[in-house]
Amino acid sequence: MRIELIQPFINATDAVLAEMLPGPAQINDVSMDEEVYRRKGVAASVAIRGDIEGRVIFDLESETALRVAGVLAGGTIDPTDQLARETVCELANVIVGNAVTLLNDQGHSFKVYPPCIHDAETGYSGGPESEALVMCFDTPSGKVYLNIALDYSHQRSFSAAESLN
Amino acid sequence: MQAFESLVRKKDGQPLQYLIVDDSVFARRNLQRIISMFGGVMAGEAGDGRAAIEAYGRLLPDLVLMDVTMPDMEGIEAAEHIINQHPEARIVMVSSVAYQENVSEALRKGALYFVQKPPKPELLYDVIKSVLGEAAIAAPTSQEKSDAHEN
Repeated sequence: MRIELIQPFINATDAVLAEMLPGPAQINDVSMDEEVYRRKGVAASVAIRGDIEGRVIFDLESETALRVAGVLAGGTIDPTDQLARETVCELANVIVGNAVTLLNDQGHSFKVYPPCIHDAETGYSGGPESEALVMCFDTPSGKVYLNIALDYSHQRSFSAAESLN
Repeated sequence: MQAFESLVRKKDGQPLQYLIVDDSVFARRNLQRIISMFGGVMAGEAGDGRAAIEAYGRLLPDLVLMDVTMPDMEGIEAAEHIINQHPEARIVMVSSVAYQENVSEALRKGALYFVQKPPKPELLYDVIKSVLGEAAIAAPTSQEKSDAHEN
């Protein structure tokens, strides 16, 4: 995965978390993941299609999701409340939207789909066509994970053709 | 938290009525919270473009705050339908996906402004004042009301 595809997501996550949550957000860890994705807690996935294709998963441990939802809603959130899931979906939507806006400024064209809650314990396998970059951000509300599997669409087609040969 | 001067309709002094359109309940609650800081009320809400068209015709709000990326019918298409049916409609797009093609298309289809998420209250306040122009005025303070009553 190309660094020029990743940097806009780092910038957007930094900016959006700083704007929406009290206190600073800092990258704690960055790693590559080719294994099947295992969610940490409440996870939302956003699909991207066009010059760049793939998906981004925004994932918060359950307690962190409740704390973040509570901060943004201005009160304590009941664990059974759907608002924590809604909050994670909207944060994913805003971060990915800001990132693809930056990528579009670099000349890439694509469509972003509405976020979906990722309910399964596992799924979204990595592999050579979609190895994922996992970033962990430390925020005052807890750890926030971003799992990004994106590539240029012509490279994806080329890899698929190669695998057939 | 920054205090904002409440905005009311010039014609009748009533609070401004908003239609909030977003597929995210969280985003709708967030916008509702922000417009209440400006003295506005949410006349209605919709989770997709089709519901927004129906709600607009029923409520005829002073202003629509409309997301772009939504299931069923997206916000720009819904804005175009609303403007075609109600040329006086005032629509402000509020979306995280604010790249030039989206912004240009939304403005071409009749939206009056494009605000990128996360919405900053101070920016949204200025946009709303600008979009409503003379249709909205600052609500009189209690002192001004009292003075007017005495006179």
